[in-house]
Parts: sequence; C-alpha cells; structure tokens
Amino acid sequence: MTAVIDARGLTRIYGSGESQVAALAGFDLTVEPGEFVAVMGASGSGKSTAMNILGCLDVPDDGTYLLDGKNVGRMGARQLARVRGRTIGFVFQSFNLVSRMSALRNVELPMLYAGVSRREARRRATAALDMVGLSHRATHRPSELSGGQQQRVAVARSLVNTPTLLLADEPTGNLDSASAEQVLEVLEAINRAGRTIVLITHDHDVASHAGRIAHMRDGRIVAVDTRVPAAAGAAVASGGTA
Amino acid sequence: MSPWEVLLSALSGIGGNVTRAALTLLGVLIGVGSVILLLGVGSGATANVAEQIEGLGSNTITVSPGFSRGATRFQDLTLDAAEALQAPDAAPDIAEVVPQVSTSATVAHGTVSTSATVTGTTANYFTVTNSPVAIGTPFRDEDNAAARKVAVIGASLAEDLFDQADPVGQTITVGTTPFTVYGVLHAKDTAGGSSANSGIVIPLTRAQRSLTGYTALSSITLQAASAESIDAAAAQAELVVAESLGVTTEDATFTVTTQSQLLEASTSVGSTLSAMLAAIAAISLVVGGIGVTNIMLVTVSERTREIGIRKALGATGAAISAQFILEATLLSLAGGALGVAAALGASRFEIMGTRPVISAGSVVLAAGVSVAIGVFFGGYPAIRASLLTPVAALRHD
Ligand SMILES: Nc1ncnc2c1ncn2[C@@H]1O[C@H](COP(=O)(O)OP(=O)(O)OP(=O)(O)O)[C@@H](O)[C@H]1O
Ligand SMILES: [Mg+2]
Repeated sequence: MTAVIDARGLTRIYGSGESQVAALAGFDLTVEPGEFVAVMGASGSGKSTAMNILGCLDVPDDGTYLLDGKNVGRMGARQLARVRGRTIGFVFQSFNLVSRMSALRNVELPMLYAGVSRREARRRATAALDMVGLSHRATHRPSELSGGQQQRVAVARSLVNTPTLLLADEPTGNLDSASAEQVLEVLEAINRAGRTIVLITHDHDVASHAGRIAHMRDGRIVAVDTRVPAAAGAAVASGGTA
Repeated sequence: MSPWEVLLSALSGIGGNVTRAALTLLGVLIGVGSVILLLGVGSGATANVAEQIEGLGSNTITVSPGFSRGATRFQDLTLDAAEALQAPDAAPDIAEVVPQVSTSATVAHGTVSTSATVTGTTANYFTVTNSPVAIGTPFRDEDNAAARKVAVIGASLAEDLFDQADPVGQTITVGTTPFTVYGVLHAKDTAGGSSANSGIVIPLTRAQRSLTGYTALSSITLQAASAESIDAAAAQAELVVAESLGVTTEDATFTVTTQSQLLEASTSVGSTLSAMLAAIAAISLVVGGIGVTNIMLVTVSERTREIGIRKALGATGAAISAQFILEATLLSLAGGALGVAAALGASRFEIMGTRPVISAGSVVLAAGVSVAIGVFFGGYPAIRASLLTPVAALRHD
C-alpha cells in the first residue's frame, strides 16, 4: 500500500546570510493510510513549517515529498491548487474562515473551487455542518460564533472534498478544554471512518488521541512513540477530567 | 470555478465594503461624466457660434468701415459705395446689397419706453440677413423710397412694449418720431439673436432723415449670387468700394469679411476650447483611475489573508486574479455607466451659456477608458496577489 505521506530529507531555510534560519533540516516522515499521527516539539522546532510543506502551502528548499505516491516537487501551480483543494484538508490554529461569509458559505468554498455544482455543494456543506453539530448555526458569520464553533466549521470545511489527508496545525491551541474535546472527538470520528490525520500540538492530552507521536527538535524528527491501543483509553480519561 | 461563481465572489467582495465601493464608483462617475459633459460643452459652444454665423444669412459678405493704421483718415462707407456695388458689370457676382445705418434710440408705446438699437436699411434686409417677419409684413422698397415712418420690431421688444397685445398697426415713438408697426421679427433663439430680438428695423431713408442724419453707413451686407462665387464677390466688393472711396486696395482700411472666414475663425476658437475642456476632463478621468487602483491595492492587501485561505482551499491563481479583476471591472463599469447617465442628465441644462452636445464618440471613449483603467489597474494588484504562495498570503495580517 502506498504511504499517504512519504517525506525524505525536507529542508527549509528562511532568510539569507547572517540571519539564516534552517526551520527544517532533514525532516523525514512516513504516514500510512488510516493513521492518526501527532507531531510534538518545542516552539520554533519547525512544526508549522513542516505542516505547511506537507500541505503544499509552501515548497521545501531540498528533499522529496511524495503525497499519495505522487511527487509534489514536480507539480505545476494548477496541479498544486488541485491537490490543496481535493487531496488535503487543512485545519489552522487561527481557524482561517472568510469573515464576510456565513458558516455554510465557508464550508461550500472548497467545493466551488473543485467544480462541484452549487446545489450539490449546498447539500454536502449542510451535511458536514450537521456532522460537527452546527447545523443550527449555518447562517452565522464567523464573528458570531465561539472559537470552538469556528474551529468545528473549519473542520467541516476541511472534510467536504473527502480529502485523503487531514492536516491540523494546533487545532485546539486557541480553545478551552471543553471546546478542544469537542473538536478532538470530531477528528477521532473522522479517523475511525478511515481518514489519515496528522496533527500538531503542544498538549500531551491532545497528542494521546493519536496512534503515533513524532517528536521534533531543530527541524527534524528525533523520536517516535507508538502507542497503539492507548488512544481510545486516553480519550476516555481526558474526557473525564475535562 | 465557473464564471458564474467568479462573478458571485466578485460581487460579494464589492458588498464587503459598501462605502469604499461607493466612493470608487463616485470617482469614476465624476471622471467619466465630466469628460463627456465638457466635450459636449465644447462642441455645443462651437455649434452655437456656427449657428449664429449661419443665422446671419446665407452666402453673405460684410463690409465694415475701419481705421487706417496711420490714422490719417477715417474711411467712411458711403451710400455711393453701396450704389456702386449694385452695378452688375463692376460686381457681377454680387446679387444683393444691403446698406445699413444703426443707432440707439428710445422707443416708446403708451407709458412703456425702452432703449433699442435702430437699424435703418433697405427692404431686402429681411431676406438677405435671414430675418423673416413672424407677424405682419416687412416694409417694401416703396416704403424706403417714400421714407415712410414704418417699423418692424424684434420679438422681445414687441413683448416689452405690447405685452400680449397685437403690435401690428399700432403706433410707437422712436426718438421723437411716431412710427407705424408693420410687423414683428421671428425670435432668434441663439445668443447672437438677442440684439435682433430687442432691436427695431426701419427704412434707411427714414432713419437718415429722422435719426442719424446723412452720415456714413455702419456696414454693408452683401449676398453673393451663389455659394461658389463668395470669394469672387468679396474680391469685387473690395475693388469697387476702394474705387468709390478713392483709395487703392492697399490703403483701404475697411474690411470685407465672408461668412466662411467667420466660421473658420470661430471653429478654430471652438476646437481650442474643446481641447482645453478635454484636457481638464482627462485629468479628472485619470484621477478617477488612480482612485480605482488605490482602492484595489488596499482591497487586495487587506484581503491577502483571504487570498491565502482561498488558495489553501484549492483556488488557482487564475481564479483569484479573475475575481479581483472582475471586481475592479464591475466597479469601473458601473461608475462609467452612472457617469454617462449623469452627463446625459446634465446635458439637458445650459452650462456656461450653451446646451452641451453629447456625441456617441465621447461616450464610447470615456466609458471605454474607464473600463480599461479598471481592468488594467485592478489587474495589477490582483495578479501580484495571485502569485503569492499560500503561506506568504496567510501570514499577512
Ligand atoms: N517566514 C519566516 N521567516 C523567517 N523565519 C521563519 C519564518 N517562519 C518561521 N521561521 C523560523 O523558523 C523556525 C521554525 O518555525 P515554525 O513556525 O515552524 O515553528 P513551530 O514549531 O511551528 O513553533 P510554534 O510551536 O511556536 O508554532 C523558527 O525559528 C522561526 O523563527
Ligand atoms: Mg507553529
């Protein structure tokens, strides 16, 4: 079976001369279909940089990245746009909803760029909002929603094009523990349904939902914990303390 | 993304900041409207002057007295000169000769009195100078021969003196002499017609006897036999008048002016005026264009984060730039259309004394330029934004 993510020796260098920063220095990661991987590490260790490259939002200076078996480095701008729209779903720490649009319109957006008809997009967006428990807030704008609700809208939006891979950069970083738990429950349900998830977090409780935890330092992965059956138990435990 | 979807996102982009969109629209509106209107004023003014000159009569030539440069002698135009012009062998191309004297006098009827320009002339004045009589009749050759005290009065003078009553057959006093009103001139509605409208026309012989004395003529209007013979007639007039005044044509200080010379002079003034107005208007159009560019720059930079979000959701660079170019185009198109409407509306009123004449060309030009500005300057920031990588756009705030 092809790995969803097969990244080797990714390097990303910011700036030039004296002020050069190697945000990524030989980053390797392989993620198999259906896995739930958490990436942890200190602030500045390069987690977001890695996530942006894995999400095709940025390009590495060096290294190869095969997404679902296809070499991203060889893709043109149009193809990259297509991959971002259909193969990857992205959840950001700061939600990144379009503030002028209602929750429903936000969820429709990736489908419109993917060429789905407006009627079909409306139907699927309504279903996605229902799944994250927000069908009663469909017409509200982001400014009229709580942080947790906004993040659930963003999760719904990341899923409507049934992407192969869901990337989440600190999705619970701006949320209180109850809202965080709701978002995590949604992510777990998605993972149980077979979707591959890579999640960045600082929080061990959050990471414990994952099947595997990769630790980053100085732009590379330094250790990987595999904790196969613990995920379900940890979810119950942290659900109890929240 | 379908073109329809692009249009919808462009519209929602415009709707996102209504005040700003309205101000942009206003800038383009004023630019386009003023170009069209000012060009219209220019051509309206030119048309007006041409109309006035044509209102002087067809194929006419004016002989006016002038001052010699050395001021040795003032060359009066005499009745002799007018008579010499009538000789068919000396001036075969001159069909009609209309000598005129003119003075100002008090004209009264009952208790109403006013000052008016009195023109003493011959009966052919009415046809040659294109001054038809609206009510009553003009005076005839025999009225001039007999120096009868009869008058044809201008339309506004008739209204001043008689209000709504019929002036024909009534008696008015010009200076101290009573005159019988024969008729009322057709109102001339051009600016040049105002003196004719408030003037009074009487037989030349009577004017000399009662008002001016047997002094010089104030001018002689000639009518050429045909449009083609105007220049020949003018040349003949110059020779004949010089001979009858006893001077050579080099020494002559009177001037012979043809209608086409007047037209040429006024058209060149008119086109200078039009060019000046167009330049002013073009400046306002450019200012409007800079406004659109500025708004689009602000809009794009303010929405760079949104551009990043859209790209992360699968938008291509083309879809992004199409949306912003369409936004700019819609704004400038709407502004242009409103500008055209405003100009057409304003052209119903007089501006600087003229009714603007709006030409289809100026409408197409102004509207076209405004749209071109929108596409070009709206496109620049849009394409710049569409080239950003999603991370670069997302980091923007
Ligand atoms: N646009 C940029 N220009 C220059 N340096 C950058 C840029 N983005 C990140 N860096 C640097 O790259 C390094 C890795 O940054 P990154 O954002 O990937 O860290 P992170 O692991 O996500 O940190 P955090 O947990 O705080 O989000 C940091 O040292 C940061 O200063
Ligand atoms: Mg980060």
